[in-house]
Amino acid sequence: MSNWQWDTFFEAFPLVVEGLGITISLTFACYLCALIVGFIWTFIGRMKMKPLRWVLSWVMEFIRSTPPLVQLFFLYFAWPMVPYVGVTLDPFTCAVLGLGVHYSTYIGEVYRSGIDNVEKGQWEASKALNFSTPKKWTKIILPQAIPPTIPMLGNYLIIMFKEVPLASTIGVVGILQLANNYGAQNFRYLEPLTIVAILFLVLSYPSALLIKKLENKMNRRFDKKEALHSMKESKGAVS
Amino acid sequence: MSETSVVTNESATESTTNNEDAIVSYKNITKSFGDVEVLKGIDLDIKPAEKVALIGPSGSGKTTIIRMLMTLEQPTSGEIIVDGKNLWHMEKNGELVPATEKHLREVRGDIGMVFQHFNLFPHMTILENCMTAPIHVQKEDKASAKKRSIEMLEKVGLGDKLDNYPSQLSGGQKQRVAMARALVMRPKVMLFDEVTSALDPELVGEVLEVIRDIAKEGEMAMVLVTHEMEFALDIADRVIFLDNGVIAEQGPPSKVLENPDNERLQQFLHRFRG
Ligand SMILES: Nc1ncnc2c1ncn2[C@@H]1O[C@H](COP(=O)(O)OP(=O)(O)OP(=O)(O)O)[C@@H](O)[C@H]1O
Ligand SMILES: [Mg+2]
Repeated sequence: MSNWQWDTFFEAFPLVVEGLGITISLTFACYLCALIVGFIWTFIGRMKMKPLRWVLSWVMEFIRSTPPLVQLFFLYFAWPMVPYVGVTLDPFTCAVLGLGVHYSTYIGEVYRSGIDNVEKGQWEASKALNFSTPKKWTKIILPQAIPPTIPMLGNYLIIMFKEVPLASTIGVVGILQLANNYGAQNFRYLEPLTIVAILFLVLSYPSALLIKKLENKMNRRFDKKEALHSMKESKGAVS
Repeated sequence: MSETSVVTNESATESTTNNEDAIVSYKNITKSFGDVEVLKGIDLDIKPAEKVALIGPSGSGKTTIIRMLMTLEQPTSGEIIVDGKNLWHMEKNGELVPATEKHLREVRGDIGMVFQHFNLFPHMTILENCMTAPIHVQKEDKASAKKRSIEMLEKVGLGDKLDNYPSQLSGGQKQRVAMARALVMRPKVMLFDEVTSALDPELVGEVLEVIRDIAKEGEMAMVLVTHEMEFALDIADRVIFLDNGVIAEQGPPSKVLENPDNERLQQFLHRFRG
């Protein structure tokens, strides 16, 4: 049994950090995919055709109740074997699709809750003022629906960051895979894997704090405007 | 479907020509929610500039009547004609077909509405609340929309609150903003659904005062669902008593409110005057 070795730590550190670029870019690529596909789910969910919504809820249920790892394996190993529609994807694309689509079902749910939280009276007022459908969405509904969802969306970014190491199972070489490689070559896992854990902590924790802050800000956003305004007013009164 | 449509078409056109002076005509309107028939054949002509008060017991269908005109609720059968145009149906290849959103937008531009719970846009200042529809719906240029909105807000007594957000206002102030917001759109018909019933009693007066001023100014037709009998007596040209989904009595306020024929109306008023 070996103890902690600092020289191993310093030797492994630059090698592992090299994978950070891949890990982070994969995180954002998966997240972007989830944001876009989530939008498509929400859009379909709002269409008037009942059968379509019915199919949608089944698809969502299916995607959610299958582990992301299984979906990744399927996409990477099984999909190319499927006749006619099967294609071979490179690991990165595969991870983006697999994780992106899996989390899109949750992101779509966030969008939906944001929209549902806009009061019925707001829709009715937009109608009474004769807004066109696009203007109703851009001027009235979305400006009220989006801000409360930003903390939740931020949370999913962090969750995505923590899920991305799954992609190493299909050969995307991020920090986990590099640490693992180092361990296999040098028969030392403690230091490289500790580095991985530290990197995740250092990146996730401040982001989580930031999101917490954002959340408080969103909860108080109308009070904020009030506070600002009364400040302006009292200044005006003095001068 | 097409057969009945054609019949409705004829009757609709015929009666429009009969009542060319009406700005709004309800023609045998019924409305059911599920199995419950809430309105059982409403015929109602509203003249331009006419002030109509709609009274009746809770659940009699007052709100439903005006919501159908604002296109917030679709009639089960019958036609509503607004300024000569069929609201819920349009002609296509000589047949009446259900209106598309495009058609509804063309017709409902003449209608404005003030809600019981104000429904102001919380993310906009009160000036922005007023300006947004003239700019984005009527494509008015920003400077003139702003000028008119400020004038309107001054008229309802809120000229000093332009940059406040709705959350900073009292109920009465909110409702006055809501009226200004509807008025800058220059509707031909304005609908009021119990606009004072969500207010603290001491704030009711300021809102009624504004409505009174608007009413005096004239050309706009107004339909007010209200429980303020004194107020109805004061400003309405006609009072309509709705009961069990039909118009049970209507006429000048002095007659309907002070010397009614209908027994249910007598009881209803008695309960109010207490
Ligand atoms: N969206 C709806 N779904 C089902 N039933 C409804 C709906 N809207 C109204 N109703 C029913 O229709 C009837 C008439 O409602 P409406 O709101 O028009 O009455 P009202 O005369 O305005 O009553 P109030 O004085 O209480 O406001 C009521 O029995 C109500 O429960
Ligand atoms: Mg009502």
